[in-house]
Amino acid sequence: MTTVAPTAPRTLPPLGPTRKLKLPKQAERTLGNGLTVIAVRRPAVPLVELRLWMPFGRVHLARGAMLAQTLLSGTETMTAVQIAAELQKVGGGLSAGIDPDRLMLSGAGLVTGLDRTLEILADVLTGATYPADDVATERDRLIDRIQVAQSQPAHLARTALLKRIYGKHPYAVQTPDPEQVGAVRPGVLRTLHAQRVHPADAVLVLVGDVQPDRALDAAEKALAGWNGAGHVAELPPTPPLEPGPLLLVDRPGSVQSSLRVALPAVPRTHPDHAALQLANLIFGGYFSSRWVENIREDKGYTYGPHSLVEHSVAGSVLVAAAEVATEVTGPALLETTYELGRLASVPPKAEELEQARQYALGTLQLGMSTQAGLASLTSAYAGSGLRLDFLAEHAARLAKATVADVAEAAARYLAPARGVMVVLGDAERVAPQLEALTPIVTEPGGQ
Amino acid sequence: MPTRRAKIPATRYPVERFTLDNGLRVVLTPDRSAPVIGVAVVYDVGIRSEPEGRTGFAHLFEHLMFQGSENLEKLAHFRHVQGAGGTFNGSTHLDYTDYYETLPSNALERALFLEADRMRGPRLTEENLRNQVDVVKEEIRVNVLNRPYGGFPWLTLPPVMFDTFPNAHDGYGSFDDLESATVVDAADFFRRYYASGNAVLAVSGDIDVAGAAELIERHFGDVPARPAPERPSFDEPDLTAERRTSYTDALAPLPAVASAWRVPDPVGDFAGYLPYVVLAEVLTDGDASRLVERLVLRDRTVTSVGGYLSFMGDPFDVRDPTALLLQAHLPPGGDVDKVLRTVDEELDRLATDGLADGELARTQARMATHLLRDTDAVLGRALRMAVLEQQRGEPGLLNELPRLVGEVTEEAVQAAAATLRPERRASIEVIAGGAR
Repeated sequence: MTTVAPTAPRTLPPLGPTRKLKLPKQAERTLGNGLTVIAVRRPAVPLVELRLWMPFGRVHLARGAMLAQTLLSGTETMTAVQIAAELQKVGGGLSAGIDPDRLMLSGAGLVTGLDRTLEILADVLTGATYPADDVATERDRLIDRIQVAQSQPAHLARTALLKRIYGKHPYAVQTPDPEQVGAVRPGVLRTLHAQRVHPADAVLVLVGDVQPDRALDAAEKALAGWNGAGHVAELPPTPPLEPGPLLLVDRPGSVQSSLRVALPAVPRTHPDHAALQLANLIFGGYFSSRWVENIREDKGYTYGPHSLVEHSVAGSVLVAAAEVATEVTGPALLETTYELGRLASVPPKAEELEQARQYALGTLQLGMSTQAGLASLTSAYAGSGLRLDFLAEHAARLAKATVADVAEAAARYLAPARGVMVVLGDAERVAPQLEALTPIVTEPGGQ
Repeated sequence: MPTRRAKIPATRYPVERFTLDNGLRVVLTPDRSAPVIGVAVVYDVGIRSEPEGRTGFAHLFEHLMFQGSENLEKLAHFRHVQGAGGTFNGSTHLDYTDYYETLPSNALERALFLEADRMRGPRLTEENLRNQVDVVKEEIRVNVLNRPYGGFPWLTLPPVMFDTFPNAHDGYGSFDDLESATVVDAADFFRRYYASGNAVLAVSGDIDVAGAAELIERHFGDVPARPAPERPSFDEPDLTAERRTSYTDALAPLPAVASAWRVPDPVGDFAGYLPYVVLAEVLTDGDASRLVERLVLRDRTVTSVGGYLSFMGDPFDVRDPTALLLQAHLPPGGDVDKVLRTVDEELDRLATDGLADGELARTQARMATHLLRDTDAVLGRALRMAVLEQQRGEPGLLNELPRLVGEVTEEAVQAAAATLRPERRASIEVIAGGAR
């Protein structure tokens, strides 16, 4: 049955000529204190986006998380409420976040408030006081937040996967233990701030409706006095993946299983990177991929499967993730390893590559088309020592990758035999399904 | 000491409007600052319009609109958008359903072709229906059943506040209803609601207005004309006595509570509605807001609190009846009664004593940033303007919002706060079944 009336078929219109990737106007300056400032102009709306990336590897997990949680809780001259109110006055706001690589301050505000925002930022960086009351409040809030995170299957699956793939590397555990959070005192935070919150190797990115040179001057005026003789800790490179039995983490009563496959990957600057990105797209990196078309659009096992190359300072990894119905966990794993194995063994079709290539190139344009997108991209690149002009280089590599290049990358990186597999789900129901396909080890849930 | 007001800036996105002979309304908003476009088609049908016994149908039907159409096989839509370097999606709201793409601008005609093709008719087959029922069930498991606080409060609070099916029912749908859906239901739903006269097309970004208008006429001009169905009023009387319920969430580690109060008609009484939009931010935007300062930082009775307009958090895309919502997560063993009492106290204080010097101006400046930031993405502009055209005939309102928000007076915010009385409140409490 159909609602379609019979008419002559219509044909898909061709695409117009491709517009060449055009980089926005930008400027960069390294201040006397070691802070690198990158300013990018996109005048679309009268705002400025701000990202301050500070290297923060090898920091005690609970202390680092608490530092991010209380960095904006007070300075010599302002309380937490005053900091927030002063930023609001110029339409601004700042938030702090942390991961095993960096401490990040980000925000956006009216361009007319750029100077004031930078002034407040400087005040926080040079004079955060970690008031005892606020630290006590934020300790409890962080513990609450960790508890909520630990009740979410995606978080639990991620935790198990990181532990499995990173072993003893600092990336292995990324969520602090609530008890350790409870033990963090203001003095420890002040010491950590003095040791690690400093401008050397930090990168400030400003993107928006402002002339880049004027933004650099404003940043220099506000932040030249930020100093600190702290140290930078080098992260060891991530260990190679060690394939082994599938790790099944029990979550009794779960109505879905969280399926994760980690595969080897390379950094953005590696010669294989563009081909790997294309191979990943063809496998499961976008909706029109083999994996999504198979386990969602054909079989209906899942809603939003996706696979992504994740880049961190100490290494890169490809992670494929799907939440699948408990009763089809085995079949979903079967189709996943089938699609990985098929791409690792048989070259993709030329039109599949073309489609993935167009997607990769087009989404580069889309990612650069907003202030927030440009800011996040510039900051992520800067964190790996790259600048926006790398986009052009990367686009050129994407444009010339051949079917043979992609097949070779798939064979090298996507082979299921090289993968590390983790499933979080109701072990009693899914273990028999999984055991039919691969050796498994089962581990109780919780932390 | 009076505080200097930050000047609220405005955008000046141009707006062109016209209507095709078949009744399709079109909004064009060119901007050549980046070589990308946004294309949005919005149909005037949402969760409130689905028939009884067919909960979740509007959303299920949204999925079916991606399953092939007159000239396109299943999977073709996705491949054509992504193979042009773009991304796509759709979403189902209380009062509308949107379909959209954002792409490099050389794909304009392709995007128009794809949207016109499914406006003429999706391929509704038993196989695709069963497949998408499965996919939607997995979507509900991910977002509701397999996680803590699933559907809180957007699915759990409406049945406390409202009495009629359109406003109260579960918009994601019961598995029973989803499984009973038929191809005939889908064909009827399409015929009734997916009419050219019930749709708006908006295109934003790197376009030439005359050229885009010509392409739109070429692709949409022969979509058969069908009029918009009459839209019933979904109004219900306001509450006169407090309503409150609770349920145990087996996965939730912390208690939580959400409250809602009815607000003026967002479309019919926009001037009366806006102060509530501002009030929600005065109460909950950041550490310097009333409720964060009091409940989170001072009393420590909640671990987080948020406030917003409309159950899906889309203040300018919703029709009457709707509500202002406050929601909070509490620390383990937290006292919900105490939190609600403190909220009442703070609302009283605001209603009686008014705002502090500069409090309103800084909140409005921050709101301007949020509004401007949302319009920077070319797709955001197309989507918002399409809905503003559909619900108000006024897509250019998008340019005016920061200024209008900035013109809301202290007296209006104070008066809005005074209406949020306990006897007009509907609340739902989550009991932490997963607490350790």
